[in-house]
Amino acid sequence: MTRRDFVRGGVAAFTVGFAAPRFLSDLAIAQGQSRRNLVVLYLSGGNDALSTLIPYTDPQYFARRPTLAVPAANVLQVGSDSAGRPLGLHPRLAGMRSIFNAGRLAIVQRTGYPNSSRSHFEGTDIWSTADPVSTKGTGWLGRYLDRLPSPVDPLAGWSTVRELPRTLLSRTVGVPAIPDAASYAFLSPNGGADATFARQSALRIASHLPVDQPHLAFVNATSQAAFATLDRVGQVAAYRPTVTYPNNGLALALRAVAGAMVNQIGTRVFWVQTGGFDTHAGQGTNAANGTYANLMGALDGALSAFYADLVNQGLLGDTLVLQFSEFSRRIDENGSQGTDHGAAGIMLAMGGAVRGGIYGTAPDLRPTADNPTLENATRDVRFETDFRSVYATVIDRWLGGDANGILGGNFGGGPAIL
Amino acid sequence: MAPSREEELQHLLRRAGFGASEAEIDQYARRGLLGFSSAAAHLLTYQELPDDVDDAIGSVGYVGVTAAQGRLAPAVNINDARQRWLFRMVHSKRPLQEKMTLFWHNHFATAYSKIAGDVGATEAARMMAAKPSEDAGSVKGHLELLREHALGNFRDLLVAIAQDPAMLYWLDGRTNVRARPQENFARELMELFTMGVDTFTENDVYAGARVFTGWNLLRSGSGAAAKWVFNYNAAQHETAAKEFSFPIYPNGDRVIPARSGAAGLQDGLDLIEAVARHPATGPRLARKLYNYFINETDPPDQALIDEIAGIYYARDYEIEPMVRRLLLSSQFRDPANYYKRFSWPAEFVVRAIKEAGWSGFSVGTALTPMVNMGQQLLEPPDVNGWELGRGWFTTGAMLARMNFASQLATNQKFNLRDSFRGRAASPDALLETAMARLTPAPYTATSRSALIDYINAGGTYTASDTQVANKGAGVVHLIIGSGEYQLI
Repeated sequence: MTRRDFVRGGVAAFTVGFAAPRFLSDLAIAQGQSRRNLVVLYLSGGNDALSTLIPYTDPQYFARRPTLAVPAANVLQVGSDSAGRPLGLHPRLAGMRSIFNAGRLAIVQRTGYPNSSRSHFEGTDIWSTADPVSTKGTGWLGRYLDRLPSPVDPLAGWSTVRELPRTLLSRTVGVPAIPDAASYAFLSPNGGADATFARQSALRIASHLPVDQPHLAFVNATSQAAFATLDRVGQVAAYRPTVTYPNNGLALALRAVAGAMVNQIGTRVFWVQTGGFDTHAGQGTNAANGTYANLMGALDGALSAFYADLVNQGLLGDTLVLQFSEFSRRIDENGSQGTDHGAAGIMLAMGGAVRGGIYGTAPDLRPTADNPTLENATRDVRFETDFRSVYATVIDRWLGGDANGILGGNFGGGPAIL
Repeated sequence: MAPSREEELQHLLRRAGFGASEAEIDQYARRGLLGFSSAAAHLLTYQELPDDVDDAIGSVGYVGVTAAQGRLAPAVNINDARQRWLFRMVHSKRPLQEKMTLFWHNHFATAYSKIAGDVGATEAARMMAAKPSEDAGSVKGHLELLREHALGNFRDLLVAIAQDPAMLYWLDGRTNVRARPQENFARELMELFTMGVDTFTENDVYAGARVFTGWNLLRSGSGAAAKWVFNYNAAQHETAAKEFSFPIYPNGDRVIPARSGAAGLQDGLDLIEAVARHPATGPRLARKLYNYFINETDPPDQALIDEIAGIYYARDYEIEPMVRRLLLSSQFRDPANYYKRFSWPAEFVVRAIKEAGWSGFSVGTALTPMVNMGQQLLEPPDVNGWELGRGWFTTGAMLARMNFASQLATNQKFNLRDSFRGRAASPDALLETAMARLTPAPYTATSRSALIDYINAGGTYTASDTQVANKGAGVVHLIIGSGEYQLI
């Protein structure tokens, strides 16, 4: 049974009598005519694009990766790019290939920016701020939130990890970090009415926002935001999905995202991430239980379940998933059967409005000095599509924001993924 | 209003340690250490005190632990290792040593999980946390190494870290060989451990990778004593010269000369000396220590940071003189710098335990809440360490702090009642008694009345035993969970 059959068959198990409390705050109504959601997916550590999207007919790929190259026979073919180079997905991405075949997955090759940083932290900051020069400011989606008409709903953004990612760092909107909706609650030593009194008192203490002590004001504002979002998030904890999500962090985060969307709690921008992509050693692209193979398997399981759930809930058309990583990796494998930090990689976009397909051209992996698709003495892949042009497309065509204002310049339309 | 001697001492112990219980403040007073300078000197000279805190684990009168199996086994189980460290933070007579160990843990951020993925859970716990005295192979784990060098020489610490098996797994140095040099350690050595971002080039990273070729591991010993040890593998060392963009030698020479494999270990020692000597390293360390000990919320006192950086070079990379100068500075004692640091989750948890009480409480209870607060010890998110300062405070993490306060106060309800009884005749008296025990930043009148109103809510307060228990625990929960308590 193929994954696609399973998804179709899975619908039968879904009862339409799902009674979700339809909640949409006045703020959300005031702020948004549409229910469009953006889910940003960050693969942390630097995903090796050449192992995700594989140039399986390129002899240089096999020559430069003696142990890590995935054999042509094993890849999941997805056609060719505009230059006619055949490409395949990693063998553990069967669900993604089904979504690709359904026309709902866009793969943008060689995304990056000039003078790519090889630092995890600077690289992540650059992708988060959309500013390769000054990486200490707000995030690109934080600036989108900053431009929403106030008052902005405290749940306009949602980070499913414990940290607030820089991408969602805004000047005016405190985005909540809710790694687990079930434990997002306020406990107190005494139950019953006393718990209510305690919460009232805590909220009053947190209302102290002294201008001359911004650090204390910040902590208290965080507490306030927690109290302001507590009750709505409680609904998400009770979400009953239409499919069984795999038991990994990314899948559980996406399940919460689906729950938030089904409950219409008003969130526009979600952040999900999964780590382990810093594969310097023992990358294991081919072994059944190899590190990279498992990374791909977990990614595929989580995204496939999310996709099926969205389809069942009638929410696919309202959803866009946009994936990035801070950089890709060296073309040559290192002596540890791994790969070191590189430059340009791939971005993925998935959703009901996505125009699926392969965008951009694959790198030419020949280590010749005049090769325009490589950089860093032919060690790394040079970018072709500025990642900011992809952001611009998402801001303009999906979020309905002012891309030039948010990105601080015009980066063109970018690939026509929407 | 000038702070009292006790307030000064509490500030010192919050910053140079993890706060103080009422009993500890009394001990300082009895030993004539109420004066700031004598107390600070006492903290700095911890080497003169016995390092015997672990002997008290499991004893009556100390915070409890929850062993995975039978006795606590930190060299076998990582959660036991986490608990031992929390126990030390609560009870050590050498709080500054644990405080500096925590600082270095964030600086050389090394995480258990990746190592466990390579060598398994037991061996990884051993590599992270074993003490030589408890290990058949006398393994000195990563954490013990940081403790040993807590106020030592930074260059020596760098060498020890570069040869630490946990680090050789964490940043893949164990697989750094001649044919295909491994860049991970060399990059982070420069970017995170010493000079900082934008002070070196990509070519420096490649050269650094070649410098450390052959800095690998070897399995040595047999049976239970078998262990991974650092091994310089001469046959795997890349022997050609390595050129850098910054001086390697005091004469300004930027090239590490070609050396035979047998002599090649010196390459790494030369590079470590060079990055320790680099003009960006001292200021970067000085700034981090300033933020850690003095103030991280206001614009930094650049003159003091420059002075601390100067001490670093003048004293040949010794850390103790830098910390000593910071703790004895007028800036440290300036009340304007009180409560100007966001507590790390470990600091918050330990201080709350010290101040609220621990009889019948286990540090094991704190492990999951700490994950939710964003700081799982021995598991930093990446080699860059934790996102400090405001980064600790997301809504989820703040709720986790509030909820830990609730857990602790609930657990201590009857201990608190017994302690407060007779000093809680009115709501005001109960609040004053609780505030004598806890050390939040000052509240406004509004916040204070919110606490009084809570005590009064739900029926007339008559100081009955039940009310003292419930409202006492309730008010301790609210204070420890408040924004004012998150600052140290």
